[in-house]
Amino acid sequence: MHADTRVQLNDVTYTYEEQASPALSGVSAVIQPGEFVAVLGHNGSGKSTMAKLLNALYIPTKGDVVVCGYNTREEKYVWEIRQRAGMIFQNPDNQIVATVVKEDVAFGLENLGVPTEEMLPRIESALAAVRMSKYADNAPHMLSGGQKQRVAIAGILAMEPSLIIADEATAMLDPSGRKEVLDTIRTLNRQKGITVVWITHFMEEAALADRVLVVTDGEIRLSGTPAEVFDRVDEMREMHLDVPHMTSLAGDLRAEGMPLRPGILTVDELVEEVERLCPLKSAT
Amino acid sequence: MLNNITMGQYYPVDSKVHRLDPRIKLILTIVFIVIVFLAKTFAGYALIFAFVWMVSRIANIPFRMLLRGLKPLRIIIILTFLLNLFFTSGETVWVQFWIIRITKEGFLQAAFYSLRLIFLVLGTSLLTLTTSPVSLSDGIEILLTPLKKIHFPAHELAMMMTIALRFIPTLLEETDKIMKAQMARGADFESGNLISRAKAMVPLLVPLFVSAFRRAGDLAMAMESRCYHGGEGRTRLRVLKITRNDWIACAVVALLLALIILEGIFL
Amino acid sequence: MPIEVRHLTHCYSEGSVLRTVALDDVSFTINDGEFVGIIGHTGSGKSTLVQHLNGLLKPSSGQVLIDGEDLNGEHVNRRALRQRIGLVFQYPEYQLFEESVEKDIAFGPKNQKLSPEEIAERVRYAMDCVHLDYDKYAARSPFELSGGQMRRVAIAGVLAMKPSILILDEPTAGLDPRGRDKILSMLEELHQREHVTTLMVSHSMDDMARLAGRLLVMSEGKVVADGTPREIFAQEDMMTSIGLDVPEAARLCARLRAKGYDLPADLFRPEELREHLLRLWKEGSAC
Repeated sequence: MHADTRVQLNDVTYTYEEQASPALSGVSAVIQPGEFVAVLGHNGSGKSTMAKLLNALYIPTKGDVVVCGYNTREEKYVWEIRQRAGMIFQNPDNQIVATVVKEDVAFGLENLGVPTEEMLPRIESALAAVRMSKYADNAPHMLSGGQKQRVAIAGILAMEPSLIIADEATAMLDPSGRKEVLDTIRTLNRQKGITVVWITHFMEEAALADRVLVVTDGEIRLSGTPAEVFDRVDEMREMHLDVPHMTSLAGDLRAEGMPLRPGILTVDELVEEVERLCPLKSAT
Repeated sequence: MLNNITMGQYYPVDSKVHRLDPRIKLILTIVFIVIVFLAKTFAGYALIFAFVWMVSRIANIPFRMLLRGLKPLRIIIILTFLLNLFFTSGETVWVQFWIIRITKEGFLQAAFYSLRLIFLVLGTSLLTLTTSPVSLSDGIEILLTPLKKIHFPAHELAMMMTIALRFIPTLLEETDKIMKAQMARGADFESGNLISRAKAMVPLLVPLFVSAFRRAGDLAMAMESRCYHGGEGRTRLRVLKITRNDWIACAVVALLLALIILEGIFL
Repeated sequence: MPIEVRHLTHCYSEGSVLRTVALDDVSFTINDGEFVGIIGHTGSGKSTLVQHLNGLLKPSSGQVLIDGEDLNGEHVNRRALRQRIGLVFQYPEYQLFEESVEKDIAFGPKNQKLSPEEIAERVRYAMDCVHLDYDKYAARSPFELSGGQMRRVAIAGVLAMKPSILILDEPTAGLDPRGRDKILSMLEELHQREHVTTLMVSHSMDDMARLAGRLLVMSEGKVVADGTPREIFAQEDMMTSIGLDVPEAARLCARLRAKGYDLPADLFRPEELREHLLRLWKEGSAC
């Protein structure tokens, strides 16, 4: 019905019950179809609250959230919204419902009333997309954290979403699990054009996004490409956020007069710049 | 270590019995229990034993797996045997020693009642060994569906069972972790009398409960995010079908029932 | 109170088809007051090793000696020995259970059968170590606190037992940068102040670079390297071959050296690199 797959936050304020001050105030943003947006902030900044507003788990106290053309305030569209905006959570265990991987992936389809004949092909293609096909008949508790998260992603994929919201999906994983999950999501974003909203406090993950929204004290303080955002090293530090080591190093070198270009995020980029500024003399 | 426990006692091989419809298996197990109570002689028990043995063969289940189900109940079985052995009045005395009196009648009765218990356990073991917890839960849900008319929450019950089964290994793992953490702080779960051991459980149970509540909250949010809204309008991935083998199984049990009834009349 | 591990081997599911060797002939010694980091890929045996050091697991073969005493020896009071070793598990906040922060922290000292005065003193000491204000937090329920605070309460619970050896399994797991920084500063300060022998298991090279004086690198149940962070991080190839990273600064140094730049082989701190890069640039522009 609605071809529009944008996500809009219009001046959104959200206050938890029994709390005096709002968790989010006056937040506005537009997320374009196919974008990979990272929402970066420390714990308590409001970033998780923002995630839950995007799939109508929370309704804004003030302002509106419009997902794929549907306003989250309209109760009758809540299932349409959640089918289009899938969410994976921080704890890999606490989102798996069934005793067998295949059946957990089917859970969303069962809820949507998809006819039985259609289910298996959708489940198989979802598991293939996250490279977990050979675990289809396994019990979830035997899987690693990264594998469990991939099963959760498959469960969302089977529902054919336009948008995947990942609420700190890698916070409880070890480095290889984090890489697995991030790679899977990035592939889905690039190959299938699924919009991704990636909530995190890991700056190396945010560095891979198209755009970064930095949230602190319930507001969006910075917004831009990773290079633009991370270059503001002092502001980031003020907000108790990490900046990639190379960015921080480049910032320090610049402060000492070395004319490095802005927006350096990785080791390779800094190597390039060093080569440019300190050309090696040819061997004599 | 603890997470290698297979759920329930499900023995995952393939066999005609495994593939029977769980609803049929549930109903036949109930009929089997009735049959065990109806049998009156050892001849009847011989038939029942033959039946159990035959089913376990078709199901590719080693008999010792079946017998393992008796282990937790061995004390009750032994107690039943001994109580009947010593306290049944009878005429043909075998042993008379001090206040101990064992008669032939007593022995036969003890054997009979113990065997009854054993067969009841074996019958239900056959069910749980050949039916995965998920199938069982499905079968129960569908069998109870007619009760929805009187607002019996059949779907919710089945959902609860599935989720509970799913989390058993996870909770066991967590118990292990918490126990180790508290032991590292000097907690002692092993020594002491009943009361002190009960008290020692607090540092284990409180964190478990807190974590279980948290899991429940998280899971509810995850389920809602995947459009869960109760049983209305839900379809199912697994569809149960009754096949010819199911009718054959029914016929076999019906035959057993008939034989036991005849045994009751003629023997 | 040194730790000595001799030819420690541990097999899970011994005697069955599922037998796995989690630790394979591991030997090393840790001296008083050292801060040792244990790094390794998931499944390398780190967690298993740590549980042996506290006597929670029994070796399949080999010995663990604490101050010369075999932890699993015949006439050893394991419980007493165990209490000299403080083990903080991953996500320790999940073990909190008491009504108040004070009572939870007191759990360890109580099990050590200390007098009420001593227990109260230990609680204050421990809360001071983790920077939790006694007057503000002692009477509160631990479940009301934030995740980072709960974790500090859990760590305090172990510190209150005044262990001579402190072992921490991924103390910064799941925390945001600010939370991580707080925990690391606290550990740094604690180590400097009390000189408690500390072992830290972590995946974070940055954490290790900051705190560890020595690193034990594990892979597939074996200790494959043992040296200072400087020595270990200079071996990028070895580390990548076992699935581990080195700090970005070390990688930068290795890449630049490979291109021919004159840099020491073992830089791994950003500050060091800054000095050297400035030097290179100034030298270059001086020509």
